[in-house]
Amino acid sequence: MANDVLRATIRDLFRFSLSFRFGSIILLLVGILLLLSFFSPFESDDRRVVPRNKPPSQEFILGTTGNGQDGFWLLTFAIRNTLMVSGVAVLIGRSIAVMVGMITGYLGGKTDRVISSIVDSIIVIPRLPLLILIAAIMQGEMTVLSLALLLGILDWAHPSKRYRAMILSLRERDFTHTAIFSGMNAVKVVVQEHLPFLIPLLLADAVAGFLWAIGMEVTLSVLGLSDLSAPSIGTLIFWGNYHHALLRRRVWILAAPIAASVLMVVGFYLVSLSLSEYLDPRTRLSRLTMEE
Amino acid sequence: MNLLRTYILPRILQWALVIFVGISATFLIPRLSPRNPVDEMIGRMTAFASIDPHAVVSMRESATALFGLDGTLFDQYIRFWGRLLQGDLGVSFGNFPRKVSDIIAAGLPWSVGLLTTTIIISWTIGVFLGALAGYFHNRRWSQFLERFVVVVYPVPYLITALVLFIIFGAWLQIFPIMGGSRGEPALTWKYISTVLYFGFLPALSIVIGAIAFRFIMAKALTTTEIANDYVQYAELAAVPKRKIILFYVARNTMLPQVTDLALAFGAIFEGALITEILFAYPGLGFVLYNAIYNADYNIIMGIALLSIVGVATAMLIIDLLYPVLDPRVRLR
Repeated sequence: MANDVLRATIRDLFRFSLSFRFGSIILLLVGILLLLSFFSPFESDDRRVVPRNKPPSQEFILGTTGNGQDGFWLLTFAIRNTLMVSGVAVLIGRSIAVMVGMITGYLGGKTDRVISSIVDSIIVIPRLPLLILIAAIMQGEMTVLSLALLLGILDWAHPSKRYRAMILSLRERDFTHTAIFSGMNAVKVVVQEHLPFLIPLLLADAVAGFLWAIGMEVTLSVLGLSDLSAPSIGTLIFWGNYHHALLRRRVWILAAPIAASVLMVVGFYLVSLSLSEYLDPRTRLSRLTMEE
Repeated sequence: MNLLRTYILPRILQWALVIFVGISATFLIPRLSPRNPVDEMIGRMTAFASIDPHAVVSMRESATALFGLDGTLFDQYIRFWGRLLQGDLGVSFGNFPRKVSDIIAAGLPWSVGLLTTTIIISWTIGVFLGALAGYFHNRRWSQFLERFVVVVYPVPYLITALVLFIIFGAWLQIFPIMGGSRGEPALTWKYISTVLYFGFLPALSIVIGAIAFRFIMAKALTTTEIANDYVQYAELAAVPKRKIILFYVARNTMLPQVTDLALAFGAIFEGALITEILFAYPGLGFVLYNAIYNADYNIIMGIALLSIVGVATAMLIIDLLYPVLDPRVRLR
């Protein structure tokens, strides 16, 4: 049942939304690159396996790096790591956000006021300086996974406020009272009755989270604050800068990761755009009249 | 009186609480670092000269006391608030014995100048273009503009800055890529023109993303607003389009836009971190970045303090002004 609905939704989106069509094609391309990393002829940390600093050619589509790595296969590893970091970060961040949003929204009263003012205080703390600070403290010990954890822990305050607002209104609906009066406990009400309403919002929100996490991964890595031995979009740019790719006119070393990052974020953004348009009841109305 | 008690006072309390929590967090986080600024300073001093070990021990003691790092964490915390309330931010560890307030004062004008200019430019252009594109959403130029913005907006800020850096700074070499100005600071056109010249690329990197964001927001708000009956009525009454857009539609979408404008001004004290690092621009963001690298707690604290107070105050002002700006927001 749920599967059919999902399939119908995707078909509708593909048919009616230009941005979904483009976005999903871009993401498919990125996904293929990611999968290709598993079939790479080289390991991600293999060095001097191909001639060094060769510009793009038929043999090496994206050229080779100063360490003798193939630019194309390195890029597939980079996409995999960057997407893994942001995926884990989104998962952690949204889980915390949903929990906090549910607790504050459902319980209300004093608990809500206390937790909400803590959340408001956290929102005020600038995240990028904080991230740089923590990353600088952990210098050298940062791994791909700890970066993902860190990003996740820092990205829940804003979404939790959105979920809280949603739960606040759901709590006043009749079915909530029916559920309570028929003896359902609070946890069950929230998880079984309210969570399904949150899922569409959560979906659009997760994509926004991807955008933020990808941006932060790239930023921290280019500043040299992440695990520099693991290839990622940001670390490829970092090493390119480190080996003076610009001064030596080896533009391809920087161009590939920059292009890949732009493709990734634009793909995600287009999909999120079409999703939120689809979820907006007003545009859904205009779509229905269009179909008639 | 009732207004003061039910609306203004709770918000001022919230403001104080937010600042207190924020400052306490920024006090604690650097101190969790395994790096010890005293050791790093002594390491710098003894790197090129051999010093009597006894002298090193007493130097360490006096430096620890001077930096306010002696005693338990709680003692430090109490003393920190005591000094702070007297307006003393302490001395820099990395640039000993320069005062933190002096270092911040040196970076402040750069960040304030760069960000005030870029915020005003991007906000005005973004709101204006967004409102036009929202009102004329069926025209070809507005659809073209939107497609362009949709591709520019999600690109991480660092990537935009890096691409500008590569094209204009490194490849074409028409703009400088380091520093904030050339020559002696003076109120002459010669000096000011170098400030503008050096600031152009950093400013452009900020403005591009900011206009895109503002455009998307303004367009979305306008599209919702023109569905209202009063817009149709004004059109039927043959009110000039210019008047409908500027005086009716745009005005009704101003509330969230003004909120963002105030928040952006509140965040000026963070500096433009990425831009300033990339272009080695001498503002607060660059100072902060160097302080983080040198484990210079006092400078980190000083900038964090400014930025937390800035953002929290901006939020407070907006909260207090809401009912004045928009009569539809009722006091409850």
